[in-house]
Amino acid sequence: MNNSAHIDEHRDDEGAKTGMWIFIFTELLLFGGLFIVYSVYRYLNPAAFHLAAEELDTFIGTVNTVILLVSSMTIAMSISAIQYKNKKLTLLLMGITIFLALVFMVNKYFEWSGKIAHGIYPGSPTLMEASQGEILFFGLYYAMTGLHALHIVIGVAFIAYVMRMVVKDEVQHDNFTILENSGLYWHLVDLIWIFLFPLFYLIT
Amino acid sequence: MSDTVIRNHEPNYLEYQGRYKGIFAWIFSTDHKRIGLLYLYSMLVLFSIAAILGLLMKIELIAPGKTIMDAQTYNSFFTLHGITMIFLIVVPGLPAVFGNFFLPLMIGAKDVAFPKLNLLSWWIYILGAAVALSAQFFGDGPPDTGWTFYAPYSFRTGTNMLPAVTGAFILGFSSIATGINFIVTMHRMRAPGMTWMKMPLFPWALYGTSWIQVLATPIVGVTLLMIVLERTMQIGFFDPALGGDPILYQHLFWIYSHPAVYIMILPAMGVISEIIPTFARKTIFGYKAIVVSTLAIAFVGYFVWGHHMFTSGMSGTALYTFSILTFLVAIPSAIKIFNWVATLHKASIDIQTPFLWALCFLFVFMIGGLSGMVLGALSANVHLHDTAFVVAHFHFIVFGGTGYAFFGALHYWYPKMFGRMYDKGWANIGLAVFFTGFNTLYLPMFYLGMIGMPRRYYDYVEEFHGPNIVSSFGAMLMIAGLVIIITNLVRSARKGEIAEADPWKGKTLEWTVASPPTLENFAEIPVVTKLPYDYE
Amino acid sequence: MEKEQHTHIVKYKTYVIVLIALLFMTFASVAITSINLGPYTVAGALLLASIKCVLVLLIFMHLKFDNKFYGIMVASVFILLASVIFITFLDYLYR
Repeated sequence: MNNSAHIDEHRDDEGAKTGMWIFIFTELLLFGGLFIVYSVYRYLNPAAFHLAAEELDTFIGTVNTVILLVSSMTIAMSISAIQYKNKKLTLLLMGITIFLALVFMVNKYFEWSGKIAHGIYPGSPTLMEASQGEILFFGLYYAMTGLHALHIVIGVAFIAYVMRMVVKDEVQHDNFTILENSGLYWHLVDLIWIFLFPLFYLIT
Repeated sequence: MSDTVIRNHEPNYLEYQGRYKGIFAWIFSTDHKRIGLLYLYSMLVLFSIAAILGLLMKIELIAPGKTIMDAQTYNSFFTLHGITMIFLIVVPGLPAVFGNFFLPLMIGAKDVAFPKLNLLSWWIYILGAAVALSAQFFGDGPPDTGWTFYAPYSFRTGTNMLPAVTGAFILGFSSIATGINFIVTMHRMRAPGMTWMKMPLFPWALYGTSWIQVLATPIVGVTLLMIVLERTMQIGFFDPALGGDPILYQHLFWIYSHPAVYIMILPAMGVISEIIPTFARKTIFGYKAIVVSTLAIAFVGYFVWGHHMFTSGMSGTALYTFSILTFLVAIPSAIKIFNWVATLHKASIDIQTPFLWALCFLFVFMIGGLSGMVLGALSANVHLHDTAFVVAHFHFIVFGGTGYAFFGALHYWYPKMFGRMYDKGWANIGLAVFFTGFNTLYLPMFYLGMIGMPRRYYDYVEEFHGPNIVSSFGAMLMIAGLVIIITNLVRSARKGEIAEADPWKGKTLEWTVASPPTLENFAEIPVVTKLPYDYE
Repeated sequence: MEKEQHTHIVKYKTYVIVLIALLFMTFASVAITSINLGPYTVAGALLLASIKCVLVLLIFMHLKFDNKFYGIMVASVFILLASVIFITFLDYLYR
């Protein structure tokens, strides 16, 4: 801020990307802590986890997986598009990504509210009567998909911010590291889901 | 080289006038040197509070029974003392203050890679500190769990846990931001010619530290989040009544908090590796061995967390594994000690205050490390677990290691930071008083632990009275030493003699620039051709 | 290093092929879990998830085209997490 022009001019694309990757590692380990908890409790309560997973709707889970995979592709393509100097296509692809993310969240909303309507949420009377393994399964389900949903929201905000920069030509074919970084973040969200999906929906 | 800079009469970083005036020129500054000082001042304030809490606890222990406070007050005191000392001072301490200030200077860069992120990390630090400390002032009484927040007590206790846990969670982001910043800085901004193997050892230590900060902090982040969920929503992860396993909390907590010990000690070792060659006027013995052992400590240190849990009821296999790994991690630490001592061999040593701090560091760190070996042995641990022995051990490592290195670094780099020299006589007197007090305070606690005095109790049986009196007396002496040291430093910042650019004849890059450095550090980015400690 | 990275443009077609592979594996994992293979069901689903993860990392996240240093870092982080889980299980497996 009160630096002379010299430091402000400093631009290091590779450095920004390295920083983003390291940040992604911290996110991986943040979820890593929950994956440790999941694996321990699944090991201790295999039957209850099996039973509880049947409560989850594999169809919605599969749809959401497809949505995230497609959105991951569109954001990756937007980076190629900006390199081809195709601003319109870049914006279109980013827009599709955000749209798909919102569809994912809508699905998630219906899924969660369905569960809550059935009285399945942490601390609910119904759940307190269930076996300990089921309590833990749903605790993990809400904690992990909830944290993941929070990351979707952050990712959407990040991509929307970069979209604005693309509109204003602040991101261009020779200066698009921030777009790459938002893409990396979005792929991280996708990566986490790739593991959450089988661990919660497919262990029946 | 320094002459050219001085001749230019560029304003130094303390005088520089930017867009903001007054205090805003500091709290909105993205200059790594000013951010380093912001951290230094915030930590000195917090350190004074936490040290006084420690003193009050020792006064309480001067006699059995209630002396000056009741049990619940004592519980909240050791909790606040621990949270403040660990999360706010020792973990961020050396990297945030001296790493920020000297990393760019030592590798020949004008700033860190992301100056704005750097400023943000200080703001997050202040926010986290405010949230954590707010737990004292409202709600149902100050937290009383100890800094470890062990489940299930941490979500059963009626005290005000949420702000404390949330504060620690927020502080994690500050730590991560600093870590990312330093790693990228070292990868991208070393001066031309400074290959990895020509980088000084303090930056190397920061490199190892930063990786631990980045890779371990998120685990405690999510664990603290689970405690929050446990308290607010009964999620059941650590609640035995709901099928949870409290020992899993201990696993997750120590997966971070043991590496955090290496976040504390690695930069301390880095500081010592800078001070010793400078005052020995000799290149450091076994540069590569120190680099390799730094990385080895960072790596192996990640897998020894279980030695905090030897009496928790873990499986036998886990016990053996953690015990063996704990002994392994001592090897690289010992290698460093050998290297420092070997550097002193046949050197023409210039005995100055920073060097004395380094010598005292070696002494207390040896005691701390060897008592750690005692605790790492399974059978001895069963006897000593959660006794005053453990308290003595980790104060010898955390305070004796990191604390001594912190004050050593402060006395070593002080002339560079403020452009003035402190009163060396008073500095040495302060050190002598402090060192005597320190040992009088903590050495009796080894004995107390061995004869069975548990930690975290405000009361004890009559048998423990004698050593406790000695220990409490030591605490007062140590605080007196601290007062002398800090008064001397604060006073000299305005009134000390003007220091030259290189008062200690150091050879690393920070000594080639003016004292205090200009805003941009280097008028021209230096080209490095020699090894860092080239006294030939 | 910077130049290399910025001149490499991944073709749209590559992304489409990768997406098709990812979708195929998703449906395959749903399919194998609907038939009962006992303990191999979860193992199979996780194996497919891991392959998907590698594909996303290599192509979508450009690790294949980037400086090798990124790939090494990513691999180390995964190995680190796996080691931590392994050591934690030394407790739970033998308790």
